[in-house]
Amino acid sequence: MSAQSHSIYEQAILFIAALVVFTSFLMLAQKRLSGMIHLFAVQGAMLAATSALAAYTLPYPHLYVSALIIVVLKVILIPVMLHRLIARMDMRQDAEPAYLYGYVMMAAASLVMFSYYVVEPIAQLSTLATRNAMAVSLAVVLLGMLLMITRRQVVTHVIGFMAIENGLFFAAVASTQGMPMVVELGIAFDVLVAAIIFGVFFFHIRSSIDSLDVDRLNRLNEVEP
Amino acid sequence: MSSVYLILGIPFFGMFYQAWRGDAPTAGRLNTRLCGAAFLAALVLAVEVGRHGTVELAHLQFRIDAFNVYLIVLTAFVGCTTAMFSGPYMAHERELGRLNAARMRLYHAMYQGFMLTMYLVLTTNNLGLLWVAMEGATLATVLLVSLYRSPESIEAAWKYFILCGVGIAQALFGTVLLYFAAGQIPGIGEYGLQWSVLYAHAAELNPTVMSIAFVFLLVGYGTKIGLVPLHNWLPDAHSEGPTPMSAILSGLLLNDALYAVVRSKMLVDGSLQSPLAGHLMMGFGMLSFLVAALFLHRQRDVKRLFSYSSIEHMGIMTFAFGLGGPLATFAALMHMTVHSLTKSAIFVTVGHAAQIARTQRIEHIRGLMRTQPMVGWGLVLGVVAIAGMPPFGVFTSEFLVLTATMESFPWLTPFLLLGIAIAFAGLFRHLHPMVYGPLPEGQTPVQANLWPVMAHLGIVLWLGLSIPGVLADWFSQATRLIAGSAPL
Repeated sequence: MSAQSHSIYEQAILFIAALVVFTSFLMLAQKRLSGMIHLFAVQGAMLAATSALAAYTLPYPHLYVSALIIVVLKVILIPVMLHRLIARMDMRQDAEPAYLYGYVMMAAASLVMFSYYVVEPIAQLSTLATRNAMAVSLAVVLLGMLLMITRRQVVTHVIGFMAIENGLFFAAVASTQGMPMVVELGIAFDVLVAAIIFGVFFFHIRSSIDSLDVDRLNRLNEVEP
Repeated sequence: MSSVYLILGIPFFGMFYQAWRGDAPTAGRLNTRLCGAAFLAALVLAVEVGRHGTVELAHLQFRIDAFNVYLIVLTAFVGCTTAMFSGPYMAHERELGRLNAARMRLYHAMYQGFMLTMYLVLTTNNLGLLWVAMEGATLATVLLVSLYRSPESIEAAWKYFILCGVGIAQALFGTVLLYFAAGQIPGIGEYGLQWSVLYAHAAELNPTVMSIAFVFLLVGYGTKIGLVPLHNWLPDAHSEGPTPMSAILSGLLLNDALYAVVRSKMLVDGSLQSPLAGHLMMGFGMLSFLVAALFLHRQRDVKRLFSYSSIEHMGIMTFAFGLGGPLATFAALMHMTVHSLTKSAIFVTVGHAAQIARTQRIEHIRGLMRTQPMVGWGLVLGVVAIAGMPPFGVFTSEFLVLTATMESFPWLTPFLLLGIAIAFAGLFRHLHPMVYGPLPEGQTPVQANLWPVMAHLGIVLWLGLSIPGVLADWFSQATRLIAGSAPL
C-alpha cells in the first residue's frame, strides 16, 4: 500500500500521529523543566489540530468544541500555570540529573513497538489511519509512564500524567471521532480540577519536605525502620 | 421527578453549602442530615425499582436495575452512618487543634462531593460518565487524604493521586476501545457508550477489541479496587487520612470500583463467549487475597492493618465474581454488603481507639476493654465478624464462595482455606493485646458514638443468621442479571 492510496485526511492524521509520538520522545530527552512544559503545549496544539481537522473533514461539528477545549486547557491554561509555578518556586533553570538517556530511549522505542504489537489484532477492523492512531496513542500513554518512572521531579510527574491524558484523547479523536459531548466535558472538567490540585500540592510538598524531589517522599514504608 | 435526581441533587447542593458554611458547629449534623435525606431517597428508589423493574432516565444516561439499586442503598446507608460518626469525631479533632475552619469546610464539602461521585458511578448508564465520576472520586478523596497536611499525609495523598490517576487512565483507554468496538455496529452512534445498549448488542461486538479493552478496564478500575500489585496507595491513603474517610473509602469506593469491573465483565462475556474475563479476575483476586493476608502479620499501624484486610476481602469478591455462576455471584454480592458494613464499623471503632490512645501505633493501643469497654467490645466483635467467624454474615458469604469453588475449581479451595486461616491469625495476633491486658497510664475515655457500629454489626449478624426474604429476593434478582440464572 502506498501513501497515495489514502485520502488527504488520513495522510494528515498519520503525519500528526508521528509528530505526537515524536514530541513524547523529545519530552523524554528534555532535561529542563521549562522546555518540557513547552513540549507539552506543542503536543496539546497537535491534538487540537487533529480534532479540528476531523471536525472539518468528516464533518463532526462537535469536535470543534473539543478542539477549543484543548486549546484553552492544554495549550494555554495548564502550561501557563506550570510556568508560573516553576517561576515562583525559582526552578526555571532546574535540570534533572542524567538518567541513562540511551537506555531510556531504547526502552521508549521498544514500547512503541509493543504498542503496535498490542493493536495488531484490530488490523482487519479498521483503516490504516485508525490503526496507527491507536498504536500511537497507546505508545504516548506508555511513554508518559516511562517519563514518570525515570524522573524524580514532581513537576515532571505532572507533565507525564497530563501527557498520558493527551494520548487517551488522541485515541478518542482519531479512532472514534471523539467521545460523546457529555463525556468529553466531564473529562475536561476532571483534567482542570486535577491540574489545580497538582498546583496546590506543589506547595504542600515543598513545605513538607523542602524540595520537589519524589525520592524524599519516603516516610511511608511497608518495612518499619 | 424520579428520586434519582434527588439522590444526585442532595449531595450536589450539600457540597456547595458545606464549602460555604462547613465550619459552623452544626455542619457535622447537617452532613448527617444530608446523607440521611439521600438515604431516604435511595429507599424510595429501591421501592420504585422493586415495583416497576428497571428505571431508565434522560435518554438512557441513567439506568437503575436490581444490581445497582442495592449498591445505591448500601452506599447511602454507610455514608449516613459514617456521617453520624464523623460529626463528633471531627469536632474532637478540631478541639485537638489538628484542623482549622478552612479545613473543616473542605472536609465537609468533599464528603458530600465524594458521595455525589459515588452515586453518579452507580446510577449512570454511560460508561464514559462512569469513568468521569470515578476520577472525580479520586480528586475528592485526594483532598481528604491530605487533610491533616502532615508530611506523611501529603506523601500518601501524592502517591494516591499519581497511582490512581495513572491507573484509571488505563480504564479510559479501555473505554475508548469499547466505544471503538461499538462504532463498528451500524446505527449505534452516540449511544455507543450506553451500557444497556452495548449489553443488548454484546454478541456483535468484536471479541478481539473487547478482550484488549477488558484488560485495560480491569487494570484501571482494579487500581481503585486495590488489587495486588496495584494496591500500594491503599494502605497509605487509609492510614493517613481522617478516620471517617477510611471508613467510606473501604466501605464504598472499593465496592463501586468493583461494580465498574463487573459491569465491564458482563459486556465482555457477552462478546467473547469464553471465560477469559473471569479467569483474569480470579487470578488477580486470588493473588490479592493471599498477599494481603500475609501482609496483615507485619503491620504496626492499626489503620494499615485493616486496610490490608480490605484488600484481602476485595480479593475474595473479585475472585468470586470471576468464578461466575449463580452461587459464586450471589456470594460475592452478599460479601460486598457484609464487608462494607463490617469494615466501616471497624474503622469507626478504630478511630475511637486511636483517639483514646492518641496514636495509631498498635503497640501503644492497649487495654481498651478497661479504658472504654464499649470501644473494646466493638473492636472484638468487628474483628470476629471480619475474620469470617460464624454466626456473622461474612462467614456465610465466604462459605458460599468456598462451596462454589469446590464445585468448579476444587484445586483452588485449599488456597482459599489457607488464606482465610492466615488472615485470621494475622488479625487476632494484633487484636488480643489491643483490647485485653492491663490499663496503660494516661488513657482516658473519649466521647464516642457507637450506634453506627452496633447497627452495622447487628445487620451483619442478622444476615448471618437468616437473610431476610426481601434481601434474598433482591440478591437473586441481581444474580440473575449478572450470572444469567438464580441460585435459589
